[in-house]
Amino acid sequence: MSDTEIADIETVPVKRPTRWHIAVFLAPAFLVYTAVMILPLIETLRLSLFNIVEGQLAFVGLSNFKVLFGDPRLSADFWNALRNNVIFFIIHMLVQNPVGIAIAAMLSLPGLRFAAFYRSAIFVPTLLSFVIVGFIWKLILSPIWGIAPSLMDLVGLKWAFAPWLGKAETALIAVSLISVWQYVGIPMMLIYAALLNIPDEVLEAAECDGITGWSQFWKIKLPLILPSIGIVSVLTFVGNFNAFDLVYTVQGALAGPNGSTDILGTLLYRTFFGFQNQMGDRSMGATIAAVMFLIILAGVALYLFVIQRRMRRYQF
Amino acid sequence: MSKARSAPVRAAFIHLALIAYTLVALFPVFLTLVNSFKSRSAIFSQPMALPTPSTFSLIGYQTVLQQGDFVGYFQNSLIVTVASIALVLLFGAMAAFALSEYRFRGNTLMGLYLALGIMIPIRLGTVAILQGMVAAGLVNTLTSLILVYTAQGLPLAIFILSEFMRTVSDDLKSAGRIDGLSEYAIFFRLVLPLVRPAMATVAVFTMIPIWNDLWFPLILAPGESTKTVTLGAQMFIGQFVTNWNAVLSALSLAILPVMVLYVIFSRQLIRGITSGAVK
Repeated sequence: MSDTEIADIETVPVKRPTRWHIAVFLAPAFLVYTAVMILPLIETLRLSLFNIVEGQLAFVGLSNFKVLFGDPRLSADFWNALRNNVIFFIIHMLVQNPVGIAIAAMLSLPGLRFAAFYRSAIFVPTLLSFVIVGFIWKLILSPIWGIAPSLMDLVGLKWAFAPWLGKAETALIAVSLISVWQYVGIPMMLIYAALLNIPDEVLEAAECDGITGWSQFWKIKLPLILPSIGIVSVLTFVGNFNAFDLVYTVQGALAGPNGSTDILGTLLYRTFFGFQNQMGDRSMGATIAAVMFLIILAGVALYLFVIQRRMRRYQF
Repeated sequence: MSKARSAPVRAAFIHLALIAYTLVALFPVFLTLVNSFKSRSAIFSQPMALPTPSTFSLIGYQTVLQQGDFVGYFQNSLIVTVASIALVLLFGAMAAFALSEYRFRGNTLMGLYLALGIMIPIRLGTVAILQGMVAAGLVNTLTSLILVYTAQGLPLAIFILSEFMRTVSDDLKSAGRIDGLSEYAIFFRLVLPLVRPAMATVAVFTMIPIWNDLWFPLILAPGESTKTVTLGAQMFIGQFVTNWNAVLSALSLAILPVMVLYVIFSRQLIRGITSGAVK
């Protein structure tokens, strides 16, 4: 699209000269965003319907998706990655968000000392890059260095230590918890902001009725911050189904051991670029990206049109 | 139980819980920084001790500075991040101004279109982005990264900035128009200075994912001369897995700039989040 087309949109029926400045203000953002983000997204979706047939790129309809869902070799990888990704998301919802809410609830109590310090310190991991986070935890959990076993020895739990990242049964949980550790800051901050926005009168009225402490949190505050919990959940969903970096830095592109930490992002990377003796495959890469797009779109749509509509909002 | 007695007990428990979690959050960072200044044997024998004169060593940092071109990586990251933020802020503010100031046909539609990218990650278009960058001859250039990050940052920037621009007083702009200021002058000389706090918030939000990104540098600019710090550290670690001094020093060097920026901007960042800029 070009400038003239934007200008078309704004020719208002009211008789006045074309307001070129609106087009000038909108054009740079519109052009960069469309050219680098929207068109490639559409092109990727389109590519997922094409594949190389007899050396030529040809339209193949949905057969790429059939291969992805049904072909014995590739589909096993895909369903494995999808299942791991769902588990990855569930662990975030069960651990990251409740812990974030709990910390925010404690921080927002009136008159708590050092609240600013706790808040800043707990947010630090969120700022670090995956490379740092992934490698630090790899070292800490490594049996060679022995930080984790010796710390567990302090509390008498040495017997429980295992090289979690190296075992297929526990690796996914370990990686998910590392990601939770890194991202707890986001639910904490958003929920904290929501809790601060609850007017004092509401809480005072509750106190007059004898509702304090725990029951105040469950009966008054929690219903009021539900919209923020909804936003946090959808952000977690989008982030998790788009994740790649942490698994890549901790377990490598193969997402080992034995594919046990493979998620859609790492599968996309391997399929698109190839690894070791497998060739990169652009069409199948685009197909996986298209599936990820549809999953994320479904999640966001579910939130926007079902959950958000039903949620009761309170106006103060 | 009387209220006077239960309150301090409750406060003590809350502090205990928060201190415990703060330790969990900071311990890995502390561990890395402390051990990067120790000799190899001390890293293994007393991993949790602070460096003493007998165990202090800078051998890790020497290896990093000799082997990897970290100064160059740092420079690349800085160029990419600063240029992307500048473009996001300029283009984002201009678009936000158009959307919040003027009523024109398609305004809502344009707003929704530009907001799509808040929820849909740009990463899903990677296959076609790489193809486009190859066609444009931009692979292994910093320009390709700057373009991608600008597109990635724009949706949220436009969303936040247009919320703020709606709060700028109409009287001020009308006064400007009566005085004969052009629309451009109104934007650059009246509105932009007033939304500076919001711009700072947007800058911080935009900066963190750009600085830390591994995906696009890995795919679009993996060449030695265009590596960013994040990618450079990742590659370096891959090569020196067994040289723990070097690895820990490289990690510390990668943490440092983020921490410095956080200390400078943390108030801005937290104020931005808690004032509802991202709701």
